[in-house]
Amino acid sequence: MSRIQARFEALKAEGRGALIPYLQAYDPDLETSLALLKAMPEAGADIIEVGVPFSDPSADGPTIQLAAQRGLKAGATLAGVLEMVQRFREHDQSTPIVLMGYLNPIHTYGADAFCRDAAQAGVDGVILVDLPTEEAQWLRPHAEAHGLDIIALVAPNTTHERLVHVLREASGFVYYVSITGITGTASASAEQLAAAVPKVKAVTSVPVAIGFGISTPEQARVASQIGDAAVVASTLIRTLAGTLVDGKATGQTVPAVTQQISALAAAVRGV
Amino acid sequence: MSASSTATPAQVTLPNSLRSGPDGRGWFGEFGGRFVAETLMPLILELEEAYRAAQADPSFQKELAFYYKDYVGRPSPLWFARRLTESLGGAKIYLKREELNHTGSHKLNNVMGQILVARRMGKTRIVAETGAGQHGVATATVCALFGLKCTVYMGATDVERQKPNVFRMNLLGAEVRPVTAGAGTLKDAMNEAMRDWVANVEDTYFLVGTVAGPHPYPEMVRDFQSVIGTETKAQILEAEGRLPDAIVAAIGGGSNAMGIFHPFLDDVDVKLIGAEAAGLGLDSGKTAASVSRGRPGVLHGNRTYLLQNADGQIDEAHSISAGLDYPGIGPEHSWLNDIGRVEYVGVTDQEALEAFQLCSRQEGILPALESAHALAHVIKIAPTMGKDQIIVMNLSGRGDKDIFTVAKHVGVEL
Repeated sequence: MSRIQARFEALKAEGRGALIPYLQAYDPDLETSLALLKAMPEAGADIIEVGVPFSDPSADGPTIQLAAQRGLKAGATLAGVLEMVQRFREHDQSTPIVLMGYLNPIHTYGADAFCRDAAQAGVDGVILVDLPTEEAQWLRPHAEAHGLDIIALVAPNTTHERLVHVLREASGFVYYVSITGITGTASASAEQLAAAVPKVKAVTSVPVAIGFGISTPEQARVASQIGDAAVVASTLIRTLAGTLVDGKATGQTVPAVTQQISALAAAVRGV
Repeated sequence: MSASSTATPAQVTLPNSLRSGPDGRGWFGEFGGRFVAETLMPLILELEEAYRAAQADPSFQKELAFYYKDYVGRPSPLWFARRLTESLGGAKIYLKREELNHTGSHKLNNVMGQILVARRMGKTRIVAETGAGQHGVATATVCALFGLKCTVYMGATDVERQKPNVFRMNLLGAEVRPVTAGAGTLKDAMNEAMRDWVANVEDTYFLVGTVAGPHPYPEMVRDFQSVIGTETKAQILEAEGRLPDAIVAAIGGGSNAMGIFHPFLDDVDVKLIGAEAAGLGLDSGKTAASVSRGRPGVLHGNRTYLLQNADGQIDEAHSISAGLDYPGIGPEHSWLNDIGRVEYVGVTDQEALEAFQLCSRQEGILPALESAHALAHVIKIAPTMGKDQIIVMNLSGRGDKDIFTVAKHVGVEL
């Protein structure tokens, strides 16, 4: 059983959904983001999304765009991100890690080489914003061969027919993009989620994570109950960015983000 | 079977034709595709459906022909550049006068076609990206004509170096949003336009200005621009009784080039040459020559040649011409390069500036700096060709917008 599957089954037994915080690798530097990554499970992360910095993040709002720029300035490469995950795995064998990003760095690395090296480093899945089902065959056979989940994305404007088409080969979990828009901007209401998410769950048996626009503990609680997980990203990046001085990490950087994750986790765990 | 305008029997293509791409999934060989976020997939599928319906609808073709003739001002003349030909002392040089179109460039051909499609789809708001501002001006113009809301994204650097076009767009009622992300040029404007589109899926139509982006844009834009090559073919046959030996066009994303090349792809004796912007030089690190110095990658919805670093991060392009300042190229060009049908060459900023001045003095035409890249290559090859040979160059835009840039480079303060 994959780490992602195992984690969702364990949480199901606990009767709650997952909290999936996000960090951008190398933001603002490798050692700080690795320290944050290592601190996340303790703070309450059930699964972690690691953003791979890209020069042209066309689905992201200003907060994550700036994080990507900081990461690239700090020397982020895809190989470097994989090494970072490998260093995390030396301490943590059970928390699933999912890479999130854009196709071109992986295209450059090569489909098979990437899937092999990512699996070896301890990556469990990939979310590629600009790789829709129609083009996923480029990656899928290699991902399957190395046991990597390609996390499917669906959106509020995905029709029933497309849901069936897109989720036919879903594995790991499904990422429900809860708004039509970019990251860190608008939010879906609880009513909108309650209306939309069951339609997704009706066509797939894999867990559904809800992301885009989730920033408060209450929103995370609601999303993790309506779906199976809540992804929280831009608000954590804003917190991180707020601790930087001249773009550099301070003693506050890791604690400020982990405190926020703890508050989100408490809400998701109902404590 | 090609999706290119199939309205007349003369345009029906053979199964082994170079004109039959893309395939049903939007691929030209190994290039093209639909690399977009899931939120955008329903939109481009809807667009493809609407475009197919328009293609098959004679009333759409009739409407487009009407606007091309009476609003755009087509056909554009094919001008024999006698003084230029004599001074270069070689091949006869003809200029396809796309700069005489309304708004001063070939861009209006595409905008007119796409807005008619957008209207069929019931869209009420148009977003577009622009580099030099020519596409933005064309978009703002047709939005004014049809009373559509118009938002144009333009890199902050380009806003600065193309002020007259920004003011022109404002006069036409469009909102110009400067983009400060990245280097503030065309690729950043493209990113921002995509962000707007994904956030406004209900009412908004994304009007891509070149033969790039997710399928069906490269095909659709090419089809609308192919009016250039179709006219050129008829005009050169009338003037010379035969096809030209070479056709030269400037390449940024590649829409004016694709438009003039496409009707000639199966005429194998016609040499097709694309002039990419080499910037400060192909090996200077300050270039926009995606084919000559890039490698295949995925950006803005398609797989194509891109300027990028070893890790797949997209490089900033550089060109004196804002319209060529883009690190990618349309996927059909990438394919035509790989199969050897089109030759792609580099032309530097300096060569383009010299060509700009030569054309101004010898033909009484200020060419756009974009088009001046093509002319610079004509200046190189015409003297090496016989006097009985013929070159057609696509004079894709007029240079009035560039006088400030040119003045700066020749040391004149305006």
